[in-house]
Amino acid sequence: MDSVTKEQLPGGLTVHLKEIHTAPIISHWVWYWVGSRNEKPGATGLSHWVEHMQFKGTPIFPTSVLDKAIAREGGVWNAFTHLDWTTYYETLPADKIDLALRLEADRMFNSLFDPEEVEAERTVILSEREGGENEPLFRLGEAIQIAAFHTHPYGHEIIGYLEDLMRIQRDDLYRHYRSYYVPQNALIAVAGDFKTEDMLARLSKLYAEQEGGARSGARSRTLSDASLPQTGAAVAAKAGAEVIPAEPPAREEQYVEVSGPGETTFLQIAYRSPAASNPDFFGLTVLDSLLSGPTSINLFGGGGISNKTSRLYRALVERDLAVSVHGGMQATIDPFLYEVHITVHSQHKPQEVMKAFDDQVKRLQDERVSGQEIKRAIKQARALFAYGTESITNQASWLGFAEMFASYEWFTSYVERLAAITPDDVQRIAQTYLTPLNRVTGVYLPTGESVEEGSEEDEPDEAG
Amino acid sequence: MKPVNWKTLPGQEDITRMVFSNGITLLARSNFNSPSVSISGYLAAGSMFDPLDRLGLADFTAMCLMRGTQERNFQEIYDQLESAGASLGLGASVHNVSFGGRALVEDLPLLLGLLSEALRQPIFPPEQVERLRAQLLTSLGIRNQDTGDLADMAFDEILFPNHPYGRPEDGHPETIQAITRDDLADFHRRHYGPGSLVLVIVGAVDAQQAIDQVQVALGDWSNPALEPLPVLPPLHDLAEGIRRHIPVPGKYQTDLLIGTNGPRRGSPDFMPASLGNSILGQFGMMGRIGDVVREKAGLAYSASTSLSAFIDAGVWEVSAGVNPANLQRAIDLILQELQRFIQEPVTMEELRDSQANYIGQLPLSLESNGGVVNALLKIERFQLGLDYYRRYPDLVEAVTPELALETARRYWHLERLAIVSAGPDLYEEL
Repeated sequence: MDSVTKEQLPGGLTVHLKEIHTAPIISHWVWYWVGSRNEKPGATGLSHWVEHMQFKGTPIFPTSVLDKAIAREGGVWNAFTHLDWTTYYETLPADKIDLALRLEADRMFNSLFDPEEVEAERTVILSEREGGENEPLFRLGEAIQIAAFHTHPYGHEIIGYLEDLMRIQRDDLYRHYRSYYVPQNALIAVAGDFKTEDMLARLSKLYAEQEGGARSGARSRTLSDASLPQTGAAVAAKAGAEVIPAEPPAREEQYVEVSGPGETTFLQIAYRSPAASNPDFFGLTVLDSLLSGPTSINLFGGGGISNKTSRLYRALVERDLAVSVHGGMQATIDPFLYEVHITVHSQHKPQEVMKAFDDQVKRLQDERVSGQEIKRAIKQARALFAYGTESITNQASWLGFAEMFASYEWFTSYVERLAAITPDDVQRIAQTYLTPLNRVTGVYLPTGESVEEGSEEDEPDEAG
Repeated sequence: MKPVNWKTLPGQEDITRMVFSNGITLLARSNFNSPSVSISGYLAAGSMFDPLDRLGLADFTAMCLMRGTQERNFQEIYDQLESAGASLGLGASVHNVSFGGRALVEDLPLLLGLLSEALRQPIFPPEQVERLRAQLLTSLGIRNQDTGDLADMAFDEILFPNHPYGRPEDGHPETIQAITRDDLADFHRRHYGPGSLVLVIVGAVDAQQAIDQVQVALGDWSNPALEPLPVLPPLHDLAEGIRRHIPVPGKYQTDLLIGTNGPRRGSPDFMPASLGNSILGQFGMMGRIGDVVREKAGLAYSASTSLSAFIDAGVWEVSAGVNPANLQRAIDLILQELQRFIQEPVTMEELRDSQANYIGQLPLSLESNGGVVNALLKIERFQLGLDYYRRYPDLVEAVTPELALETARRYWHLERLAIVSAGPDLYEEL
């Protein structure tokens, strides 16, 4: 891997820089350790709404200027709120990057959260949620998350519950912003066509200028008591760290059922899975490659490959029990879910699919996979990573992304760690994690309501 | 105004274009920054050939090609692909069947070899055909309660009645049920040949290697039984305004489309329309439409416009996803903006912003192999010339506010729009 410069600025801001001179482009990412994980009941959806408000202006970049500034320079930009983090990125021609640097430094400290804009954005977010509710798989996924996490905030969707979205006020949002959008809780990652010394000097200057209004306080990096075996939650809380309640071990297997319009039955099987920093994450990744096919974890440009030689495809799709199957995990701070999504064949029932699925799980638990199969999974992982390196934006994303749940070394050693997994490891992982007690099984049952083609009528439009 | 390092954009001296003796056209450009290679291309075997009672035939055929060939069966094909971490797929649109794939560069011969077999020697095994049919029917069932898909289909049908552009490439449940295994083999025999095949290869391979490998894989392909291209019916602009609502049970959001015919890709109207479209509903937070519908009125998370230009026709449309209670208000706001758009020219500032965006973004869109592949496909499909990206800034800058207005007025006739919505029942009188 080409070298990465890592620095921490006096105000606590972490900076990662990587020079790439293959194209006259720079990609700049700001990462905050705040996501739906940091939300309490009654205030779900705060982090995502704060992300929206970051586009609604500061005194220097009012909303009407902000939204055009990057586009005018030929740049692309976007933002994402996830379980553990929120990120904002810009990719621009190299000679235009200073705009992005100034913009992000400004809105880390100076976003206005104008009350009228907050209200206008309420309906936009409700609309975003309604778009999700139109989809059977969104509703099924939400039901499964609720069932899988009774205590831990991973139980609610990132967009938040409708009741909370109706209730949240401007001050709630502003307080959330001021708590988490601080330099000590942020990481800036830049990759592309620049000189390290110049970029570092520029960032230092920019953030020193902003520090005049900086907030004090210890780093608000949040911990869960599951990750504090020695110190314990009480000690951590006393030190000023926010503590997220860990999800206790499951006591029974769970089922959820959601119904709605359509003709298609969907099955989603979710096992509680290890956090990204747990060595078992890599073993489960290899297991998943064999079971449902390799998944790309790139945020950009990794794409994916087909999974038609995976065990589940052969057992379910080639036996006509299902028309498709996909599986995967996410890299998270706390244990989340390993999910398998199955579209049930119209001629078969979900129970038949579950039986065939359970047979494949048992096979992994009873018989060791071959070294050859693991080697194949490693080659696939290498190829997917190579595809990711085509894009400077994707390379830049990894500089910060891996730090959200582990460290950059997690990313640089990823394929090597997968390559160290043995058949014994895969068997042990299957026995440990793929147990009925450890899973939530969800099914979307269609009511059969559907649109009859040709039922609608046209009217001449008189609106004019 | 030129983008930074505009000379690094693809041009005549670094794009290799060659036509093989059997008519195959190859475009190639090297990129040694990553050890991977992307391929893509098309040939004229699309849904324009679908009989009305067998809609979806071209797509079904394309998707079945990789389900078994004379050399390798389904599992062997996918075993070789997936063991290499490579991908390859095909699908149909109206004029063409398109394909795309990716691999580490040492597996390019594998990729081209599989592509060649799929195009030339598919065997359509009956068991695979039935399995694929079940998957297609499930997809159609899902489509049948997707508000966005239903709105799109109705919109296309209104704009292009009695024409392949107005029919879904994936067909309907009845037509997919009606297609037999022999129909697929027959379609392949009649419509797959090298003469219209365009292939693009971008990645860690030099031009001569690309040429040699294509020669090996496809250089000797011929199909004497190939049938000529169909004569498509004439296209007409909308003669009157049409309002259609598709009630979809159990939904929380309504998808709305308001639009009209747009320029075809080869028309001189294309660039002025494209820049006008950027101002109307793309630039920044989705242009004027995004500003009015989302930012100011808060009516929609997604509200934007798009200009789609095909070989023979085009579509210019506004789309939004709204709460059903706000549907009429959204329609009114959009019509108001459209009225403004054809009444007065866009401002110099708005135009300069979008021009700067187009020119500045060009190097970004060419960042990855996939981006370069798409750029090369575009210049070949629409015959734009190998030097198109070098000329691009001049083409963009040639547009003035007056030209944009004149062009917008040629397409937007507010008394002759298609207004389509799909979602919960309407309660009020239109």
